[in-house]
Amino acid sequence: MSGQVLKVENATMQFGGVVAVDNLNLEINEGEIVALIGPNGAGKTTAFNVVTGVYQPTNGAVWFQGEKIIENHPQGKMKKMYKGEHAGEYSHVLAPTPDKITKLGMARTFQNIRLWKSQTVFDNVLIAKHCRATSNVMSATFRFNRKEEMRQRQNVEELLKIVGLYEERDELATSLPYGKQRRLEIARALAAEPKLLLLDEPAAGMNPQETDELTAFIGEMRDRFGLTIFLIEHHMNLVMGISDRIYVLDFGKLIAEGTPAEIQNNQRVIDAYLGVADDA
Amino acid sequence: MTMQKKKTIFTTVVLAALLAACVIVDLTLPSFHIAVTVIKKATVYALVAASMNLLNGFTGLFSLGQAGFMLLGAYAYGVLTIPVAKRASVYQYFDGGAIQFSLPEIFAGFLGDGVGGVVGMLAALLVGGILAALMAYLIGLPVLRLKSDYLAIATLGFAEILRAFFQWNALGPITNGSNLLKSYPTFSKATPYVVLAGVMIAVILLLINSTYGRAFKAIRDDEVAAEAMGINLARHKRLAFVISSFFAGIGGGMMAMYMGTIAAAPFKSSLTYEILLIVVIGGIGSISGSVIASFLYIFSSEWLLRGLDSGEFLGISAPGLFKNGFRMAVFSVIIMVIVLFFRRGIMGDKELPDLLDRRERKHKKEAAGK
Amino acid sequence: MQEMFPYFLNGISVGGQYALIAIGYTLVYGILRLINFAHGDVFMVAGLVMVYATASMPFYIALPLVVLATVVLGFLIERVAYKPLRSAPRMSLMISAIGVSYLIQNMAFYITGGVPQPVSNPIPWISENVTILGASTKRVTIITPILTILLVVALVYLINHTKIGMAMRAAAKDFETAQLMGIKINKVISMTFIIGSFLAAVGSMLYFTNYPSVAITSGGMPGLKAFVAAVFGGIGSIPGAVVGAFIIGLCEEVIKGLGYTTFSDAFTFALLIVVLCVKPTGLFGEKVTDKV
Repeated sequence: MSGQVLKVENATMQFGGVVAVDNLNLEINEGEIVALIGPNGAGKTTAFNVVTGVYQPTNGAVWFQGEKIIENHPQGKMKKMYKGEHAGEYSHVLAPTPDKITKLGMARTFQNIRLWKSQTVFDNVLIAKHCRATSNVMSATFRFNRKEEMRQRQNVEELLKIVGLYEERDELATSLPYGKQRRLEIARALAAEPKLLLLDEPAAGMNPQETDELTAFIGEMRDRFGLTIFLIEHHMNLVMGISDRIYVLDFGKLIAEGTPAEIQNNQRVIDAYLGVADDA
Repeated sequence: MTMQKKKTIFTTVVLAALLAACVIVDLTLPSFHIAVTVIKKATVYALVAASMNLLNGFTGLFSLGQAGFMLLGAYAYGVLTIPVAKRASVYQYFDGGAIQFSLPEIFAGFLGDGVGGVVGMLAALLVGGILAALMAYLIGLPVLRLKSDYLAIATLGFAEILRAFFQWNALGPITNGSNLLKSYPTFSKATPYVVLAGVMIAVILLLINSTYGRAFKAIRDDEVAAEAMGINLARHKRLAFVISSFFAGIGGGMMAMYMGTIAAAPFKSSLTYEILLIVVIGGIGSISGSVIASFLYIFSSEWLLRGLDSGEFLGISAPGLFKNGFRMAVFSVIIMVIVLFFRRGIMGDKELPDLLDRRERKHKKEAAGK
Repeated sequence: MQEMFPYFLNGISVGGQYALIAIGYTLVYGILRLINFAHGDVFMVAGLVMVYATASMPFYIALPLVVLATVVLGFLIERVAYKPLRSAPRMSLMISAIGVSYLIQNMAFYITGGVPQPVSNPIPWISENVTILGASTKRVTIITPILTILLVVALVYLINHTKIGMAMRAAAKDFETAQLMGIKINKVISMTFIIGSFLAAVGSMLYFTNYPSVAITSGGMPGLKAFVAAVFGGIGSIPGAVVGAFIIGLCEEVIKGLGYTTFSDAFTFALLIVVLCVKPTGLFGEKVTDKV
């Protein structure tokens, strides 16, 4: 295990002729909160999509808890079009679908909230427990899984109490105010019992006070559930206040890596990003 | 929890009342009475509509293959239950057919005529369901990767291909080609239909309220989020498709029972459309809606609005206007009005016991107002 | 080979009729992303109107009337059944289309009394028999593909070189942006339905001249097959729809010629499923990438 939870190795994501993520290398250790920042269109969400299996990288590999879970190399038409590096180093294809990766112990939230609209708060979280259910269709339909179902329901109730959404458990997810929807999305991800939690702009659209609350909340969750957290964020207050380490992407390339203090003083980062961000 | 209890009691009472009504109808009316016919046909439609709703309404897979799976179930039922002695006359163009056994007779051999016969009929229904499920599994391999309307048209196409195969003369020793299958045993009373379909629909409801049913709804609401939360899309879609087709197959077998003869012709895409429209009228995502809509639809088309076709309706006699076909014309206008202006149908995505919730809330509001 | 020739001839003719219907599907799908299930029924109505109209007036008045009636029907269907659902989920739109199809068929049943209406030589000259290379056929068989090609050329010109054509292309590319750019989207959509219905009317007159009668379900199969042709050729592409239609028409008639009439319909759907699974964009379709 060596304490390393996630390792992205030479990952390149190329769409046609456009290189969205270019030779990305990063490592996240157990218990860390690591942020991925960068200007709009830098390829942050694409990097997330590669790690979580939504996209298959054009080249490179991803390791999770010491095990290689994703690997690819340019094939077919892409062989000629490929613009990245390290093309010859990978020969296998490992392309699990996102659900498999979630089952391994990764869970994510989305930049534009994707809750299940017709479901209640409680059910949104409960459904995320489905991937941990061991019953098959027959036993679930004929209720031979009562014990498991009860346990899951209890878990969800506890989780809702922890995240402070217990009062709203029977309301429709979409009827919640925006900030609470964000929180619910995090609760839903937690219900899948992840080791690594990926948050895609959790504070997007929040005011400073809400952002501060969220910052505290994320730290609290890390401690309580022993999580490792990987997040994309634009709110520098949140990023600087919470992260152990930060990676900076620009035009798909990693331009800096370090502690918040180091990043704040990195001239390349300031040029590329901080110098133009208005809320830095 | 008390709400839950109230709902359970409410559901039990409603179901018991319906069953009692059905038994009374059976005891007092002859089996050819229109009321018995309506109940039989409506329960069959209710089952098929519920199975379609499971797929289209709860999983969000817009499939139009229902008629094809019903066809499989119907043929399986007929082929397996025609008494051996009658096969020579039914399969007169195919030397008595290739299959020379009959499930009810086999079971009658060691369970006695009465019980054995019924067990054999049920076994034949089950085989029909399993065949439909197997076929759905095979069809699903290529088709379930397709998106909304492509899926619809591909499943519609598969149903048409199936129909062509069943009319093919080379399969005649089994399917009787383009000739009718007949002389197989059926239930003449309505109660067996109600009990059978009721049990099946209850199973569908149990499934929908299980962890798998919740996963189906998650796929319907947001596929990307569902996959990200660990729900295997391919597996769950296949599951929904196979299960829905299983019940459509059983529904098809029951349809064969109700009709008395089997041919490929009634299982055209228009049957699928009819069922889809019933689902829409009842509310996409409501099983009780599908059941209510089936009964309303069959009741009014077979009984209540009969007069629209035969010259006199509500005491108004106008043979020029109320001629053959007027009933369905009126009907389709009503359906269009529902489709356009009452898109949620009768029940929306609520089930019947959920109506208690609304009353509860109203009471609370009134109490708060005082 | 010699005995297959009439089937080839028929295949090209049927292909031309499918092409005229397929364009209606492909145009509408291109803009609304809707399989217009009612299109086959519009086709059938055109046939019925032709039967009634030619029975009571000379064909040079009757035929324009058929076209006019069909166009009006297509226009009304869009206005009444699809326009109110512009912002509704696609499933509702498709259900509405199925509902319209059901409505038209039931109305037709009521009017015809459910009896197939016999077609009796509605257009004098084109249903006369001629002999080509030893095969006897009706003149309409030869005229259909030629007329189809002419109409398609005219349509392609309309789409590529006129203002409304440009608006249609823009709407097909990106519905919302086209709207933002000031294109009157409702007008464009109406125009699409008018063109589609016009072509379906022409196709219908040619089709039913070759058939003994028009039944209320006559539109279903040709409609579905034309849709398959549109998918096969690449939905949204007019040349694609035409090529797809000719291929399907030919294959179908050849299969009939080989003695497998039961499977001529099944073949079309098998083709559809193969195309959808192997190359969902069809022969000439543009590749669409979904953004996650």
